[in-house]
Amino acid sequence: MKYVAPSSVEEATSLLSTSPSAQVFAGATDVVPQLRAGRPAPEVLVDLKKIEELVSVANDGDKWTVGAATPTANLTEDEAFSEEFPGLAEAAGLIGSDQIQNRSSLGGNLCNGSPAADSVPAMVVNGARAVVAGPNGTRVLDVAEVVTGPGQLALEADEFIVEFEIDRIPARTGDAYLRMIPRTEMDIAVVGAGARVTLAEDGSIEQAALALAAVAPTCVRVPDAEAALVGKTANDEILSAVAAAASEACDPIDDKRGTVAYRRQVAGVLAKRAVLIAIERAEQRNGTN
Amino acid sequence: MAVVEENPGYKWVGTRPIRPDGLEKVTGKAQFGADLMLPGMLFGKVVRSPHAHARIISIDTTAAEAMVGVKAVITGSDFPDLAANGAHPSEIDVANNTIAREKVLYEGHVVAAVAATTRDQAEAAAKAVEVTYEILPHVLTVDEAMADDAPLLHEGMITKGVDPAPEEASNVASKILHERGDLDQGFGEADAVVEREFTTKPVHQGYIEPHAAVADANSDGRAHIWCSSQGHFQMRAYSASVLGISPGMLKVTAAEIGGGFGGKTVIYLEPLAVRLSQRAGRPVKLVMDRDEVFRATGPTSGTRIKVKMGVSKDGKITAAEVWMAYEAGAYAGSPVGAAGMTAIACYDIPNFVVEGYDVVCNKPRVAAYRAPGAPMAAFAVESVLDELARDIGMDPIEIRLANAAVEGTQASYGPKFPRIGFVETLEAIKDHPNYTAELGPNQGRGIAAGFWFNAGMMSSATVHINENGTATVVTGSPDIGGSRQSMALMAAEELGIPYESIKAVVADTETVGFNDVTGGSRVTLATGAAVVDACRLIVEDLRARAAKTWDVELDQVEWVDGQAQHAEGAQPPLSLKDLAAKSGRTGGPISANASLNSRGVGAGFSTQLCDVEVDPETGVTRVVRYLTAQDAGRAISPDYVEGQMQGGVVQGIGWALSEEYIHDSDGVMENPGFLDYRIPVASDLPMIDCAIVEVPNPAHPYGVRGVGEVGIVPPMAAVGNAINDALDVRMTDLPMSPVKILEALNDQGD
Repeated sequence: MKYVAPSSVEEATSLLSTSPSAQVFAGATDVVPQLRAGRPAPEVLVDLKKIEELVSVANDGDKWTVGAATPTANLTEDEAFSEEFPGLAEAAGLIGSDQIQNRSSLGGNLCNGSPAADSVPAMVVNGARAVVAGPNGTRVLDVAEVVTGPGQLALEADEFIVEFEIDRIPARTGDAYLRMIPRTEMDIAVVGAGARVTLAEDGSIEQAALALAAVAPTCVRVPDAEAALVGKTANDEILSAVAAAASEACDPIDDKRGTVAYRRQVAGVLAKRAVLIAIERAEQRNGTN
Repeated sequence: MAVVEENPGYKWVGTRPIRPDGLEKVTGKAQFGADLMLPGMLFGKVVRSPHAHARIISIDTTAAEAMVGVKAVITGSDFPDLAANGAHPSEIDVANNTIAREKVLYEGHVVAAVAATTRDQAEAAAKAVEVTYEILPHVLTVDEAMADDAPLLHEGMITKGVDPAPEEASNVASKILHERGDLDQGFGEADAVVEREFTTKPVHQGYIEPHAAVADANSDGRAHIWCSSQGHFQMRAYSASVLGISPGMLKVTAAEIGGGFGGKTVIYLEPLAVRLSQRAGRPVKLVMDRDEVFRATGPTSGTRIKVKMGVSKDGKITAAEVWMAYEAGAYAGSPVGAAGMTAIACYDIPNFVVEGYDVVCNKPRVAAYRAPGAPMAAFAVESVLDELARDIGMDPIEIRLANAAVEGTQASYGPKFPRIGFVETLEAIKDHPNYTAELGPNQGRGIAAGFWFNAGMMSSATVHINENGTATVVTGSPDIGGSRQSMALMAAEELGIPYESIKAVVADTETVGFNDVTGGSRVTLATGAAVVDACRLIVEDLRARAAKTWDVELDQVEWVDGQAQHAEGAQPPLSLKDLAAKSGRTGGPISANASLNSRGVGAGFSTQLCDVEVDPETGVTRVVRYLTAQDAGRAISPDYVEGQMQGGVVQGIGWALSEEYIHDSDGVMENPGFLDYRIPVASDLPMIDCAIVEVPNPAHPYGVRGVGEVGIVPPMAAVGNAINDALDVRMTDLPMSPVKILEALNDQGD
């Protein structure tokens, strides 16, 4: 197994095109444990962290650009970003331990392809887009389209994500992410729920997005819950409809971390709670950025 | 701190100096089991069974032996047949657990081992060992193992303790029974009776340091072993037995130990490393991965326990009936015996039957874990007692006070208790502000108590006075919970010199007299008593030397504050430093040995108060406040005593809420790592408040009782009782996971 650390996107894509079994990594917080657990080693391990644009957080006035290999600690420590997207920052900050936070990244969390990835529902509800580099240049995918099944990606073997684009948050908009784990940290979501809400000037809900983690083969959106919220003001009845829609959207499995029944029920609970937090944050963000 | 008896003016005992092993541990300099490197050393790897129960048809090592770098491959046939040599059955079990012969009895059971020049070569060679198995049906729980048509692990196992002995073999290794009074009469006198059934899962000790051993064999048959264990004399004895040699052929050096909690009182790797080293002619290191630690070491038993208890209106327990079955894992020897003796030992109960079964099943052989056997039984008994207190409207502390064992009570397991401090722990809880702290929404409060015997056993110590008047205290008890500090504090008190002038060390099996394992909370008691004895011999010697120097009778010399003083002040005092400097002129080096079989243990009691908050929509339980009161007899080193008290509670909270072995239907462990075997992390816990109770043990010079174990006995019931207080659901199946709590709440709503 060879380790290479290209310094440009072009160098990396050309490496990938010429080494069919090459494997890219950012923080290696998933790759190294997988190799240790006996997964066949690739011929070449390509470290993306030495490419400048992959490790950056920037705001051009219209959108934020987050390098795919940026340590999540950089993201959560970026006050302006965390203030604008507290839900996404919290989700990114839940990955692993403090030590892992210095290595883990949004790109790695997404491309590991785990249905339980915490940052994915939070990116999805914020409409994040992935800028994908390949031998023929770049293309843009919605984050929601990147993972097609557990460990399965819509990327070609010689493609990787360079950065994520997230439009600046509109006025009266808030996001939130909650997860259930049996302990308080160092764990993997049994259920995760990301929500984003935009309020109209009259306080009713203008736009809503809800996405769940760890309850289906991939992160799932809950359009029925979103529809139940739009045009309304949250009350017990509507929140119950949100919870019911979230439970209904689940396609979970029984495993050592939870049961089908538990995941369905708690998906509803977390969906409701995440929506409430998002509304509260939206109410606090009355002006524009 | 709840001090029951005032400190009688000790200068060092009961103080909190800096721990002696701290610097080396925080700088990474301390040598743990896996740290030793020897010139020419090889790396070993163990081959383990992927099946829960299978017959070994053949093992082909030729491919592995032919690989680059491979220097030795061994299998069960490289070890003597102990059965043919007439060894005790328990020795045969140890040997067969170390490396399988005809059958593998659990997933992870060792079938072969290799040694090679590099770790990668060893791993590749281990994969190349070809084992052919005939897979056999397996049993994973006491229910499966005790079923009428259950497949047998040991075809000749006849249940012991049953009269007449059964004719048919079964998976039940033994039965235990404790009885007193008349059960029917007792239940007849009861105003309230509660009967419940409880289950618990196997849990692992969870020590941070995986097992590791290095062996260096000589061509004359002798070998040197370095390993991390709770007793290198025990490792020597077990290893010699498995290898079929005299213990004197082995020298064992204790490494620093990164946790054991009972799980390092047994051998796994040591004889394998010796045999590999003999075959290869080079030193060999074997280190387990975490995965191997889970699959093949520890854990403690999964259990099924039924408890029926009755109380009168005034809270007196009139009768108790306890039935329990404990998983032993692959070989006989679950802690059900201790469970039977401890289950109701906190209380003075006139009528009881306690019945228990030791049941083998296709899981790793259980090892000791902190108060082995007691916590599961206490979970059941203390949960039922809590329910009884509610039924008759009595405070949970008051019902325990109404039945508490005191000095003179005939213990449920036989002897009369000497002076004990159970009542004092109950009162310490009542006196603490946590007892009346206000509870928030969805919060609940639970109380539970626990008992543990504590062990005594054999210890040796040597004390040397150095030429400058400092001292070296040498024992053979691995320091797993602060014993070097406790030994130094007691020696400082005896010799009258500063704690900082004393170095306590743990010596190898050829340098100090025999010491039993560091287990049973016995080291501060028994090894401590040996240190005190040796120090007193030193003081006698020093007095004699002063008398000789002054040319006076011995009784004219007193030893006060680290110096010899003339009784009438006729001579200027001679300090230890003075006497040490002149030792060549007064009889030579100053040194003393003491060896003893402990003179009397001090039983340990703990009462604990737990506040939880349960999220009724997700079933997630957080412990928000926790208080533990424990009788330490005398806290030689209060920092370490509190550490033991808190450590027991933390492990108990993990056992209560999140820890469990999960096996798939093939008997393969599904969670052999700390991600899905969930020990609590720091953020899961509040500060564990400690109330040290000191009711001195009359059989120890400083009143020491063991403190290492009893703290893990009450937590599961304390947590369960608190959950019940919060939400009115009685949890009877450990762990009390969010999934189970939500199920219980859903059932409650139906």
